[in-house]
Amino acid sequence: MIEVQNLTKRYGEFTAVDRITFSVPKGIIFGFLGPNGAGKTTTIKMLTTMLKPTDGSIRIDGFDPVRDQGAVRRAFGIVFQDPSLDDTLTAFENMELHAVLYRVDHRARRERIEKLLRFIGLWDRRTDFVKRFSGGMKRRLEIARALLHQPKIMFLDEPTLGLDPQTRNHIWSYIEHLSREGGVTVFFTTHYMEEADRVADEIAVIDHGTIVAQGSPASLKERAQTASLEDAFISLTGHAIRDEEASSTDHMRQVRKIMGSR
Amino acid sequence: MSAIYILWLRQLKRYFRVRIRILSALGQPLLFLISLGFGFAPLYKRAGAGDYLQYLVPGVVTMGILFPAVFSGIEIIWDRQFGFLKETFVAPVARFQIILGRTLGGATTSSIQGLIVLVICSVAGFRMANPLLLPVAVGFMFLIALFGNSIGAAIGSVLDDVQGFQLIMNFLVMPLFFFSNALYPVDELPAPLKVAIHLNPLSYGIDGLRGVLSHPFLLGQAIDFVILAAVTTVLLGVGTYLFSRIQL
Repeated sequence: MIEVQNLTKRYGEFTAVDRITFSVPKGIIFGFLGPNGAGKTTTIKMLTTMLKPTDGSIRIDGFDPVRDQGAVRRAFGIVFQDPSLDDTLTAFENMELHAVLYRVDHRARRERIEKLLRFIGLWDRRTDFVKRFSGGMKRRLEIARALLHQPKIMFLDEPTLGLDPQTRNHIWSYIEHLSREGGVTVFFTTHYMEEADRVADEIAVIDHGTIVAQGSPASLKERAQTASLEDAFISLTGHAIRDEEASSTDHMRQVRKIMGSR
Repeated sequence: MSAIYILWLRQLKRYFRVRIRILSALGQPLLFLISLGFGFAPLYKRAGAGDYLQYLVPGVVTMGILFPAVFSGIEIIWDRQFGFLKETFVAPVARFQIILGRTLGGATTSSIQGLIVLVICSVAGFRMANPLLLPVAVGFMFLIALFGNSIGAAIGSVLDDVQGFQLIMNFLVMPLFFFSNALYPVDELPAPLKVAIHLNPLSYGIDGLRGVLSHPFLLGQAIDFVILAAVTTVLLGVGTYLFSRIQL
């Protein structure tokens, strides 16, 4: 469902992603792990048409994200690392907007929105403004929204970041449900190794822009001779802490905090 | 088409839901209306130039449109940083549709803002020369709004931080407004200022609006409209181009 060959992204001298090759078969849950700054988000951006690769090839459901942007975009749904809802709109309006952008047939629209909002337990809150929602509710809504156009592939960039254990459990159970019942191919990143261990059928570990290991969680543990995936991860990527520079987004968050809401 | 419509609608919903913003955007033009409008009226009259309020109101209405319009365009920065832009960027919708929907929405809300200012000015004593020309006036107001939104969109597409915001207010939007014919007659000004005002596209919007609101309809307004429309089209093109180049 996802085929990546020698994918490379360079920014001037710096190589963010360096000739990575992997493939994700249809219907599996694929974990893409790596320390901060390893190239995870850059890879996701290339897979999802947001960034042009410097080199290499990508096939998403058979289409090239550079040449067949439209076809690729219709094939996947995505939950970004940062919230991407409009919080001055209601839950329902956010769903509706997505449905229109993806040209979901308007007869199917309402029914599908209702089904998904019930699935994530937010149907009763559909007329509430998103700004009143907690982080977990927003994340659930984003998952529902990404499913609205019935994608074949679901990208989730750290879907459980900053959520409490209850919500994290819920979110993984939705994701597993999608994959097992719906046949959706899932591609996710996370920093929570025990979560990856539990849900992923297959894992690729990326570090410094290259894939350093790939296989089922069990095989990775076996290879690294460790009891937990976390230990395997550390033995693969080393102990050094990766410092990321503050982005302008971090700065803007600060400003927003000071200025109140936008 | 439906994508443009839903993004236009989004701007309208946002506008009507944040009422405090409607109110705060009224502050500045009303301040100008009251302090300048009434403050300079006696002087203007004694100089034999007529009723200053009739002269000033089109300028004040323009102010009421321009500032929120530029701001609404620049708001792309927020959408970009807080993610909503990503949602639209991965959707199977062309970038120009996204920016068009957004800009038309912003132009609509800024025009509404201008209409509110016009209504308040009428309460304060302003009289339209020919109320039947109101639709034409609205046309000019929408064009000014589109002009401001396109500038804002172009800027919002290249800035990735709110740091530069004050700079743009002080060195672009303020001069655009003050070096125009919004507040004073141009005929007897020193040559450099006169040239600047003639080069300022906004002057044509104000001239047109003033013609429609305060004088019986003249041919000159058609030329005003054409000039501002041409400049706005170019700016919208630039904004669309810059927007299409945004990388998240």
